[in-house]
Amino acid sequence: MENNVVLRARGISMTFPGVKALDNVQLTLRKGEIHALMGENGAGKSTLIKCLTGINDFEAGEIHIDGINGTIKNHSTRDAQNVGISTVYQEVNLCPNLSVAENLFIGREPLTKLHTIDRKSYNSRSQKIMDELGISVDVTQNLENYSLAIQQMVAIARAVDMECKVLILDEPTSSLDDEEVEKLFKLMRKLKEKGVGILFVTHFLEQVYAVCDRITVLRNGTFVGEYPISELPRVKLVAAMMGKYLNDLESIHKENKDFTNAPMEISAKGLSHTGTVKPFDLDIHKGEVVGVAGLLGSGRSELARAIYGADKANTGTLEVDGKPVKINQPIDAMNKGMGMLPDDRKAEGIIADLSVRENIILALQAKRGMFKLLSRAKQEEIADRYIDLVQIKTASRETLIKQLSGGNQQKVILARWLATDPDFLILDEPTRGIDIGTKSEIQKLIIKLAGEGKSVLFISSEIEEMLRTSNRMIIMRDGEKVGELDRELSQEGVMHAIAGGEG
Amino acid sequence: MSKKSNSKIYWNKLKNWPLLLPVIALILVMAVNIIHDAAIGENPLSFFMISLRNTTTSGTILYGRIIDIINRGSEVAILAIGMTLVVSASAGTDISVGSVMSLCASFMCMMLAGYGVSSTTTLAMPLAIGLLCAVVMGIVCGAFNGTLVAHLKIQPMVATLILYSAARAIGLLLCNDLIVYVRNPSFAYFGAFTGPIPTPIIITAICIIIVSLVLKKTALGMYIQSVGINARASRIAGLNSRLLIFLAYTLCGLFAAIAGIVASSRITSADSNNIGLYLEMDAILSVALGGNSLGGGKFNLAGSIIGAYTIQAITTTLYALGVSTNQAPVFKAIIVILIVVIEAPPFKAFVRKFNASRAAAREV
Ligand SMILES: Nc1ncnc2c1ncn2[C@@H]1O[C@H](COP(=O)(O)OP(=O)(O)OP(=O)(O)O)[C@@H](O)[C@H]1O
Ligand SMILES: [Mg+2]
Repeated sequence: MENNVVLRARGISMTFPGVKALDNVQLTLRKGEIHALMGENGAGKSTLIKCLTGINDFEAGEIHIDGINGTIKNHSTRDAQNVGISTVYQEVNLCPNLSVAENLFIGREPLTKLHTIDRKSYNSRSQKIMDELGISVDVTQNLENYSLAIQQMVAIARAVDMECKVLILDEPTSSLDDEEVEKLFKLMRKLKEKGVGILFVTHFLEQVYAVCDRITVLRNGTFVGEYPISELPRVKLVAAMMGKYLNDLESIHKENKDFTNAPMEISAKGLSHTGTVKPFDLDIHKGEVVGVAGLLGSGRSELARAIYGADKANTGTLEVDGKPVKINQPIDAMNKGMGMLPDDRKAEGIIADLSVRENIILALQAKRGMFKLLSRAKQEEIADRYIDLVQIKTASRETLIKQLSGGNQQKVILARWLATDPDFLILDEPTRGIDIGTKSEIQKLIIKLAGEGKSVLFISSEIEEMLRTSNRMIIMRDGEKVGELDRELSQEGVMHAIAGGEG
Repeated sequence: MSKKSNSKIYWNKLKNWPLLLPVIALILVMAVNIIHDAAIGENPLSFFMISLRNTTTSGTILYGRIIDIINRGSEVAILAIGMTLVVSASAGTDISVGSVMSLCASFMCMMLAGYGVSSTTTLAMPLAIGLLCAVVMGIVCGAFNGTLVAHLKIQPMVATLILYSAARAIGLLLCNDLIVYVRNPSFAYFGAFTGPIPTPIIITAICIIIVSLVLKKTALGMYIQSVGINARASRIAGLNSRLLIFLAYTLCGLFAAIAGIVASSRITSADSNNIGLYLEMDAILSVALGGNSLGGGKFNLAGSIIGAYTIQAITTTLYALGVSTNQAPVFKAIIVILIVVIEAPPFKAFVRKFNASRAAAREV
């Protein structure tokens, strides 16, 4: 192998029942480089990564690693670690009911002289690791007490903490805020200087241009090309990924409407949930899109969950359509015309072992009730309609949702809520893990919904995305609603307000 | 399309057929019977032979080993229906069903005979009320288990352990420590014959048909599976996970009551210590044998039912082979081990690898 190459994969092919996921794909990772792996949803990025780390059993191809003669074949993530490949997978797979520290050290606990687990040392070492990353957590707390973003950072910390030659990050930034992303980038640059080769998957193009040196593009399971970053500007990158030129997002425009006289869809007074969100008031008009901005852990999701009854509100009153309602659990909210796409796809979104069809109709069926089963023909019609509408890439409507790529799973959950035809839709990070082509489609969809008189509460860590679609934004800080911005929404204005300046 | 690739498609379809495992097990048991019969010089197909016989007690009845297996397998098959729902919804098992069967039977016989009466030929109250008592008792027990699991979040095994150990004792208490005999023909009917057909078979068939219809015509099946796979996500999507888990246990209790009625009617008595003994294990085994994961989620009712009859077939075959009642569990255990191994992911992966390497070798 040439001098500075640390990992080389050639001719990788991999078939799942009914899908050729990879066809003769190659990848070359050099020492001390950050290498972006790009492609649309379902292009085969995660599959390729799982081939490298031994989770997938590929049929053809070979993998070479610096310092090891001959081809290597991993059989598990542990094997991969032994040859120096550390990985953060797309779906966080840590143990929610163990502490942060235990999650960091699971499988490689520091031992005392008596060969018992050295709890003291690993708690203090864990705290140090997290502090260095600039993440404030109590490492003795269970992981499930923290947001998905923190969980993602813990997964990253766990991978980075190990001595490695290759670090693979599959969409590590999908639930991170700018600030955390910056922390991660600092870390990546530090590792790069140490000579680690980093493979980085993301759907955020600006992140690619911020840290990467080189790009490999996949399309439909095939290798499109490998380019130095300077030779592949944004437009060309998108074209390489999609196989065609895309009219960029800039073409999306919301209507600037005055809502002061519009009827009210949602009106919350003093709603709160102990421990997560302090009492807040919120009015949303019919046809209005309201964005929720705030830093990680500021209570963005929790605000939405209190309205929807995912976390039952402890105080306050809620009016829907001008009528007071009592919401004890999600189905109550659904019967009042609400819907909520949660941010944690794996834990609260997908029903892994059910088919795409069943996952799409689930909420609609729940709303109709047990005794009004949708006929099979009707179910299929609905499934097909939404597979088409949000462009879900799946072998068939009967494919199990767990067999879809991350972004396509997200689209299924979105379809589930669209199918219920809600009057008020809460979207918590709806474009997480979704490629840029589809992202603009979803933003258009939101604007279209609003045009039909539906109201949307839109939560995203991408401020730009909210600016493009929202008529108004509310600002969250430390579990408290601290302000609203409705005029002259601008990136700077929102950032300023989030950070705690006088909004 | 060439013939070879055609057969390959069929083979692949067959491999993914959810009933493959239970059907293979059933066929294996039949094969053992055929070989055994041939070896002892009987007609090899005597296992499958059904004839009409005249008896002094029940008139003309269907007779044959198959009939016997389907008849005696009734209780396990009925229990397996409820167990399938419980396993799917809660990823746990209800180990109290055998004891609950016994309690329902005791309660019913006590009501029919009158408290403290140990043997009667006349009913102390209408039969329907006795049956209703059994059913209500079953539902109450199921609801008790359901509350512990769904609302108090107690591990299913631990929660149902309570009634597993207590129900028989409560039954004895109700019967004043007696074995209550109800030697009344209208009560004995449920364990006897309807025309030439054993009544338990008919009762089982009715239970299966009703449950299948409910699963086909309502969303219950999808709801239960969804909750079993991901309760949190199901809740967000509008399902009441607690209610559904509660419902599964309650239904399980109901079916235990029906099985208890059949078992008690067969022997026209409530033998608290023996009715339904070890049947919870057979019911759980039926579910596993039916290709259902004991980890919850997706279920296949037909598999469980075939599983139940397979277990009865195994038991009957073992007796036919001259294995004593005391040794039979050893053989059942061996069969369980085999099934569990075949279903285990590492074994499946091994088979896949083995097939792949053979395919590769063929290509070279
Ligand atoms: N376990 C599986 N079984 C069957 N098909 C699968 C499985 N995993 C992935 N696939 C298929 O392989 C293809 C590539 O999926 P992959 O997860 O690699 O996409 P991706 O590029 O990571 O997409 P995303 O950006 O959405 O994460 C998809 O068509 C997917 O349906
Ligand atoms: Mg992926």
